[in-house]
Amino acid sequence: MAVPYDKHFAQKLLLDMLRIRRMEEKCAELYGEQKIRGFLHLYIGEEACAVGSMHALKPADNIVATYREHGHALVRGVSMNAIMAEMFGKSAGCSRGRGGSMHLFDAATRFYGGDAIVGGGLPLAVGFALADKLQGKQRVTACFFGEGAMAEGAFHESMNLAALWQLPVLFCCENNLYAMGTALDRSEAQADLCAKAASYGVPTMKTDGMDVVAVHEAMQLAARHVRDGLGPFFLELQTYRFRAHSMFDPELYRDKAEVEQWKQRGPLHTFSARLKAEGKLTEAEFLALDAQANAEVQASVDFAEAAEWEPVADLLKDVHTP
Amino acid sequence: MKMTYREAIRQAMHEALAADPRVFLMGEDVGMYGGAYACSKGFLDEFGAERIRDTPLSELGFVGAGIGAALGGMWPIVEVMTVNFSLLALDQIVNTAAALRHMSGGQFSVPLVLRMATGAGRQLAAQHSHSLENWYAHIPGIKVLAPATIADARGMLGPALADPDPVAIFEHAQLYNMEGELPENWRCDIATAAVRRAGTDISLITYGGSLPKTLAAAGQLAAEGINAEVIDLRVLRPLDTATIAASVRKTHKAVVVDEGWKRGSLAAEVMACIVENCFFDLDAPVARVCSEEVPIPYAKHMEEAALPQPAKIVAAVKGVMGK
Repeated sequence: MAVPYDKHFAQKLLLDMLRIRRMEEKCAELYGEQKIRGFLHLYIGEEACAVGSMHALKPADNIVATYREHGHALVRGVSMNAIMAEMFGKSAGCSRGRGGSMHLFDAATRFYGGDAIVGGGLPLAVGFALADKLQGKQRVTACFFGEGAMAEGAFHESMNLAALWQLPVLFCCENNLYAMGTALDRSEAQADLCAKAASYGVPTMKTDGMDVVAVHEAMQLAARHVRDGLGPFFLELQTYRFRAHSMFDPELYRDKAEVEQWKQRGPLHTFSARLKAEGKLTEAEFLALDAQANAEVQASVDFAEAAEWEPVADLLKDVHTP
Repeated sequence: MKMTYREAIRQAMHEALAADPRVFLMGEDVGMYGGAYACSKGFLDEFGAERIRDTPLSELGFVGAGIGAALGGMWPIVEVMTVNFSLLALDQIVNTAAALRHMSGGQFSVPLVLRMATGAGRQLAAQHSHSLENWYAHIPGIKVLAPATIADARGMLGPALADPDPVAIFEHAQLYNMEGELPENWRCDIATAAVRRAGTDISLITYGGSLPKTLAAAGQLAAEGINAEVIDLRVLRPLDTATIAASVRKTHKAVVVDEGWKRGSLAAEVMACIVENCFFDLDAPVARVCSEEVPIPYAKHMEEAALPQPAKIVAAVKGVMGK
C-alpha cells in the first residue's frame, strides 16, 4: 500500500520516530555515565505506535500512559528539554525531577503520566472519560498500556466500566509480546487480546505496530468511533521492543535470532525505504531529518546539564495543594 | 433538631449534590438499593442515574475512575461499602491518589472524597469488622477523617469536598443508628481535634466508634471521683498534636483508646506524639486500650471481648492513676 500522506506529513512522522530513537539512544548512553538513574525503560523498536497514535489525536484529548512513555510524551508535545531534565532529576523537568523516567507528566498537553503500576492507568482513563461525559465534553481519553496489563484485574474492571457506561475511552494496547521477561503465551490462557477485549462488547482491531501508517490509520478510525460517542474502542498494536526491558535486564528469556528477525521490520528503516521508493524522501533529506533529531537531543542534554536541582527545602512542597 | 448519624451523613451528601453540579456519588448499591447503610436513600430518584451511579463490584476500577474523574474536573464522592473491601482499591488510593500531586511536580490535584464504613460490633466477623483507618493515616498525600458525632457526620463532608486533595472519611458502622441533637452550628473544620468532655485528672484520647465508649467510661470514672478529659481526634491525618499536647500538659496522664489492633496502631502514633511533645509533663506511663490481636470473631461474647469496652477503659485509667 502506498503511503497515503503528502511528503510533508510523511516526513513529519519519520522525524518524530527519529526524535524518539535518538533521544533514547542518548538516554542509554547517559545511563552508562550515571547521569540518568533509577529504572529506564526504552521504547526503541516501538516508535511507530506512539507516533502513529499521537498524530491521530487532538490537543483537547487526554493521554494516560505507562512507565515506557518517553516517546508518547515527546510526540504529544512535551519538550525534549523538559523530558531530558526530568530524567536527570532536575527541577526544570516536566515533573520537577520528582518522577524521573517512569513518571512524565504535563498539564499543558494533557499528558497524565507516566504510571508505573501495570494496569494502573486504566481506571484513571475511565474516570477522565466519565468526567468528560458528565460535563458534555467531546474528548477522547487515549489510554496506552502493554499486553502485560491485560492480566491485571484493573484491565477487566476498566473495560467493563467503560463498556457498561459507554465512555469515550480508546484503549490502546501495545503488545510487545513480553511482560518484562514473561512471554504472552506463558501468562495468558487466551493469547488473542482482541478476543479478551471483545468479551466486553467493545469493538476491537489489531494492527501492525511496526508500521506507522497502519497505526495512524487504525488510530484515526478508533478515535473517530470514540469521539462520535459510540463508546470505547480497543486497539491492539502488534510491536516489539528491541532493547532489554530495563537497564537491569540480562534478556535470558528470548532468542537473539527472534530479536534480529523483528529488527528486520524496524519502523524507521522500513518507513524510510517506503518513502524513498515513492519519491517522498531523498537520502539527503533523511540525513537532514536525522541531524535535526540529533541536534535536538544534544540541546536537551545541554539544557538538562545546566538546569538546577530542586532545593531540598522544597522536599515537602506539593504533598498537598497549597 | 434530633437525628441519626445516618441522616446527618445523608443530609450532608444531599446538600453537596444540590449545591454543585460537579459533585456526584458513585459506589456499590448507592442508587437503587439506597446505600448499604441507607445513606443515599431516595437520591437516585432525585438526582438521576448519571449523578447517583451504581457500580459493579470493582473497587479498584471505580475508585480509580473516581480519581480520574476528579482530575477531569468533577468532585466525586466514592462510597466503598467497608474498609475491608477498600483493600481491593488500595493500589489506586496509595499509588495514584496520594502520590499524584507530589510525583507530578505539583501539577495535578485530586479532589476526591472516599467514604467507607469501618469497625466492629455487629457480629460481622473477620472480613467486615476491622478498623484499618490507621493504614490510610500512614500515607502522605491523603487526609483521613473519622466523624464520631452527629455534628461531624453532618459537617465534615462539605470541607472534605472543598479540599483540593483526596480525603478519606471513615464512618464507624456502630454509629449509623446513633441518635442525637444536631447543634445549630454544625459547620466544622477538618483540621483539629475536639475536647468532648473537659476534665483535669487524665486525658482519654480516642476517635470514631470508640468515642461513645470512652465518654461512657468517663461518666463511670466521674462517679468514682476521677475527672477525665476526653479528646476526639476527628482528623487522623494530619494529627492535631497541639490539642493532644495541651490536654496532657494539663492532666499529666493519658490513656489512648483505639479500635485498631494494638501493635502498630494509631494509638501507638498518639503515644509517640505525647512522648515527643510532653515527656516531662507526664506523671505516669501512657496506656492504651485497643482491639485484641485477633481477627474479629463472630460470636457476640468473643467479639465484645476482642474490642475496647468501657470497663477496659476504666480499668486502664485506674492502672495509670495507681488506684
